[in-house]
Amino acid sequence: MQITDETIEYVGILAKLELSKEEKEQAKKDMSNMLDYVGKLNELDTDGVEPMSHTFSVHNVFREDIVVNGDDRENMLANAPEKKDGAYKVPKTFE
Amino acid sequence: MDLSITAVELGKKIKDKEISVVEATTAFLDSIEAKEKDIHAFVTVDREGAIKRAEEVQKLIDGGTLTGPLAGVPVAIKDNMCIDGMLTTCSSKILSNFVPTFTATAVEKLQAAGAVIVGKANMDEFAMGSTTETSYYGETKNPWDLERVPGGSSGGSAAAVAAEEVPYALGSDTGGSIRQPAGFCGVTGIKPTYGRVSRYGLIAYGSSLDQIGPLAKDVTDCATVLEIICGKDDRDSTSVKEGGDDFTDALVDDVKGMKIGIPKDYFGKGLDAEVKEAVMAAAKALEAKGAVVEEFDLSLVEYAIPAYYIIASAEASSNLERFDGVKYGYRTEEFSDLHNMYKKTRSEGFGAEVKRRIMLGSFVLSSGYFDAYYMKALRTKALIKQAFDKAFEKYDVILGPVAPTTALKLGESLSDPIKMYLGDIYTVSVNLAGLPGISLPCGYDSKGLPIGLQLLGKHFDEKSIIRAAYAFEQTTEYKRPAFAVERGL
Repeated sequence: MQITDETIEYVGILAKLELSKEEKEQAKKDMSNMLDYVGKLNELDTDGVEPMSHTFSVHNVFREDIVVNGDDRENMLANAPEKKDGAYKVPKTFE
Repeated sequence: MDLSITAVELGKKIKDKEISVVEATTAFLDSIEAKEKDIHAFVTVDREGAIKRAEEVQKLIDGGTLTGPLAGVPVAIKDNMCIDGMLTTCSSKILSNFVPTFTATAVEKLQAAGAVIVGKANMDEFAMGSTTETSYYGETKNPWDLERVPGGSSGGSAAAVAAEEVPYALGSDTGGSIRQPAGFCGVTGIKPTYGRVSRYGLIAYGSSLDQIGPLAKDVTDCATVLEIICGKDDRDSTSVKEGGDDFTDALVDDVKGMKIGIPKDYFGKGLDAEVKEAVMAAAKALEAKGAVVEEFDLSLVEYAIPAYYIIASAEASSNLERFDGVKYGYRTEEFSDLHNMYKKTRSEGFGAEVKRRIMLGSFVLSSGYFDAYYMKALRTKALIKQAFDKAFEKYDVILGPVAPTTALKLGESLSDPIKMYLGDIYTVSVNLAGLPGISLPCGYDSKGLPIGLQLLGKHFDEKSIIRAAYAFEQTTEYKRPAFAVERGL
C-alpha cells in the first residue's frame, strides 16, 4: 500500500509526533512495507468470526464504591515537569 | 562465594546462616561492578540501597518474620516496573527522570518475601524490540558472546542472570520478551497465563498481551518466584483468582503418560538446522521418560506475527499517549503552545522503533482503516486461539523452539524491522492466545551459543509445563558462559 504525504501528515497528528523531512520519508517506507506485510491477513477468511479482545471469559468486575486512597496530590505532582499551586502547569491553552 | 548458585540454593544458605544477606548482596554487587563495563545489563544499580535493605532483611530473617525460600536473595527488576523511589526509565529518554511514588504489585510481593533489589535491568525502549538494542541507554551484550545481542526485550534481565550478576530477575513478555532472551542467554524464563500476575505498576505496552514473569538459572527458581508474584490484585482488574498456583508442587521428574504435541508447522522454512536438531532431541528425551510425543498441524502460524503487530502497535499508540510532558517525564525545552509542546516532547523523547509502532498503531486505529486492520487482527486472534484450543484437546503440552536461530550479531536486526519481527514467530501467538510458556536451554550450537526449548500449556496450567521442563532439565546440566566463569569473583 502506497502511503502519501497527506497520510503521514494525518497519522503524525493522531500520534502527536513531529517528524523531520527525513523521518517522514522513512516512515512512509516503513509503514508501506509493514502494511503490505500485515495485509497477509486478507488471505484468511474471517467472515462470521467474532473479534476477540479477551482470550477467556472475563466479566465486568464490580466492587463496593469505597474510597481507599487519599487525595495523593503530592505523589501525583512529584514528577511534574512544572507545577504551580498544587496543579500541573502547562502552556496557555486559550486566549 | 560461588555466584553460579541458584536463587533457591542461596535462600537456603541464608536461612541456614551459612552466608549473611549482606555478604550475598555485596558479592553480587561486586560481580555487577566487575562485569557491567562489558555486559551493560543495568540502567540503574542501587548499591547503597541494596546493602541497607540487606541489613533490614537479615534482621527480619533472624527475628523469624521472613521465612520464605527467597528471603535475602538479590534480584534485578526490568526497568518497566515501577518501584517507589527508584528511577524507572523503561529504557526511554522520555522517562529519563521518572522516579515513581508507588511500586508494582509483583515487585511489592517479592519485597514482602524478602527480596533485595540491586537495580533495574536494561530493555528495549518500552519493551519494543527483540534485541535490547533500542534502549536509549545503550545495548546490552550477550554473556555468551559479547558481539551478540542478548535478545529482548528483557535482554538486561536475561544477561544479568547468565552473567551471574544476580541469581534471578523479573522480566515482562508481550510477544516473547521473556522467553526469547532466556533462550539467547541460556537461562530459564516463564511467561505466565494472561491474568496470572498483576500488571499494576508495569508500564503498559500492549495491555492485552503483557505479563510479568521470572528469569533464572533453573525451573525450580522460576516456579518459586512465580508462586510468590502470582495472584489476583484489586488494582489490576484483568488479574484473576485461579487455582493451580502451587507451582513448586509440579517440580517432579515424572512425565509418564503426559501427551506432548509438536507443531509440524514450527519446523519448516527459516528454522536453523542446529536449533531444530536440539529441540527434537529434547522431545526424544521426554519421550524416553515416558511422555507420549506426537506431531500435529497447528495451522495459522504465519498469521500470528501480522496479527500481533497490528494489535500490539494499536494498544501501544493508545498506552503511550500519556507521555506528553505534562504529568511526568521529559518535557521539551522550547515550545510555542500546548500542542507544540506535546509534539516536540514526544518527538524528542521517543526513539525510532517506538515512533514506528505508535505511527502504525495510530494508522490501524484511524477511521477508514479500523475494520480492515484492527478488527481483522482481532478476528485472526480468535482463530489462533481456536487452533490452540483444538490442540489442547489432545495434548497437555506443546513443544517447539523459542526462536528460529540462536543469538544474532549486534547491529544485524535493526535495519530491517520486518526481519526482526519474524524472529518472534514461535512466541507471539502464545501472547495472542493468553497461554503460559516456558523457555529453557536444550543445547548449544556449533558456535557455542545456547538453544532454547519452548513448552506451552493450557490457560492456567503452568504446572504441566513446569513439570515437563523440570523433567527435561534433569537430563541436562546447567552450562555457565565462559565470561561468567572467567570473570567470576
